[in-house]
Amino acid sequence: MLTTTPARQSMPRRTTTRGRPVVRRRTHPMWFMAPAFAILLVFFFLPTLFNFVYAFTDWSGFKSTIRPVGLENFTDLASNGTLFRSLRVTVVYAVLVAVFQNAFGFGLAVLLERDTLVNRVARVFFLIPVLMSALAVGYIFQALLKPTGGLNRLLGIDYAWLGDTTWTIVVVALIHAWKWMGLSMLIYLAGLKTIPEDIVEAAHIDGASRWRTFWTVRFPLLAPAITFNVATALLGSMNGFDVAQATTGGGPARTTEILNIFIYRTFGQGLFAQATTMSLVLFLLVALMAFPVIYVLRKREEVL
Amino acid sequence: MNRLSDASVWRRLQPVVALVLVAASIGIPLWLVLVTAAKSQGEALQPDLSLPSKWHLLENLGQVWGDGKVLQATLGSLLVVVPSVVGVLLFGSMAAWILARRASRLNAVLYALAISGIVLPPAVVTVVLLLRQLGLAGTAVGMIGVYMGIYMSTVIFFVTGFVRTIPDSLEEAAQLDGASPLRVFWLVVLPLLRPVLATATILVCLYVWNDVFYAFFVIGGRLDTLPLNLFRVASAGLYLNNWHLIFAYVILMSLPLVVVFAVAQRKIISGITSGAVK
Repeated sequence: MLTTTPARQSMPRRTTTRGRPVVRRRTHPMWFMAPAFAILLVFFFLPTLFNFVYAFTDWSGFKSTIRPVGLENFTDLASNGTLFRSLRVTVVYAVLVAVFQNAFGFGLAVLLERDTLVNRVARVFFLIPVLMSALAVGYIFQALLKPTGGLNRLLGIDYAWLGDTTWTIVVVALIHAWKWMGLSMLIYLAGLKTIPEDIVEAAHIDGASRWRTFWTVRFPLLAPAITFNVATALLGSMNGFDVAQATTGGGPARTTEILNIFIYRTFGQGLFAQATTMSLVLFLLVALMAFPVIYVLRKREEVL
Repeated sequence: MNRLSDASVWRRLQPVVALVLVAASIGIPLWLVLVTAAKSQGEALQPDLSLPSKWHLLENLGQVWGDGKVLQATLGSLLVVVPSVVGVLLFGSMAAWILARRASRLNAVLYALAISGIVLPPAVVTVVLLLRQLGLAGTAVGMIGVYMGIYMSTVIFFVTGFVRTIPDSLEEAAQLDGASPLRVFWLVVLPLLRPVLATATILVCLYVWNDVFYAFFVIGGRLDTLPLNLFRVASAGLYLNNWHLIFAYVILMSLPLVVVFAVAQRKIISGITSGAVK
């Protein structure tokens, strides 16, 4: 996943054995790409470009004209603290989700690795949350975690899981991770299957303990699965909305208000320029975080 | 010796651990949905894990079916999801075929552009403005376009990687027989892409079918889809503490996916995994 090696491999082959551009032009016409790129242009790139324009205007639902205002939106959002709070909440949320989702998915994959009937049934059950709507998942946990709800009755306590200004973001991240852990599990399972038996056996013969074999031989070979899982969990949760909206709606005291919830709320209030500004901030944040993360993870794969 | 007995103890214990984990982490939340959806409004005010004193499941499902316009929402969801998925797969594969087969500097740049959307978040606010200018705001066509724009990158990424792994001798044979590029693509290439298209279909369906965020911006209030109506039912329901109706809706909404999953469970699992780790 997220692999660039096929490109590198196929380039030289192409030029040596298939260097016939004239033929390619006839058999693989460029216009085949037109519909896809037209859709990308209109529905993806153009709106993104608009982001860079309308974040610097006073576009709103209250007036018919749109005027440029320079950096006013940014300074407003920065001076009342919203900008940095939302950024911090989003990054903390994304990191927590990435850690939890991978820990759960990895743990489940190791636990359910053997192909027994019980394990196959268990894997199917862990996939159910993946298929469910994230909104539904959020409502289920809101009900379960109410101060008088099911979990507190089971534990015999009355903790407000979704009302704590410090720890609720951890709880929401755990719920997000719960929803997607089945997918991470599947990918780790597939990764574990690709490791050849004889490598593991060789380590056993050399006298390595099961524990040691696992961490020094099998774990490093999971690097591609880790890359995929960490990258998708980080990016998916930075772009998250449903779980946080359905459990806390951004509260308490806006401590779980990730960027998309802010965008949703301000858009609903008609403050389109502010929403656009935050959308641009999200874009820049993801772009800034994604490329180094993917680069570092891929470097780790290359070492092997 | 000691190590060996540890292993055999674990072998006996592992199924028990697995089942307890399933019961605790998946069983409890699903149980909560079922019993709450079967309670009367009074009993469901404080949702907990107790059994309903009297089962009202069918009544509640019936009430939500009407209040939440489930039939209309299902049709709305299908109206948006099916063309989005078919379109993004078809156009994405067409582009991916060329990108994989014609290696040039221009195509390398185009490929990088095309897959940038895997990482970058869509500009959800300005897309509404753009749709208004195009006269597509609040329409199914606008929504389909937005979904295709968001997931085109994923499809192009998966399919291009796959095309590179299949030899082009079959295509060449068809070309020598004088088949046009369209015929070659339709009759030779597309059938070969079946495994990767299965993976992409599952992933895109999963995201689009359950999406509420983009739908809220583009078609909120104009067109009913299942997640949008859940959002509406729940927003009103939470206000009135109608947990029994919220969870009845969750059951109705999840049924189609559960049925699909039950039928094609093995295919879905192998589809997701084969595409992700090569």
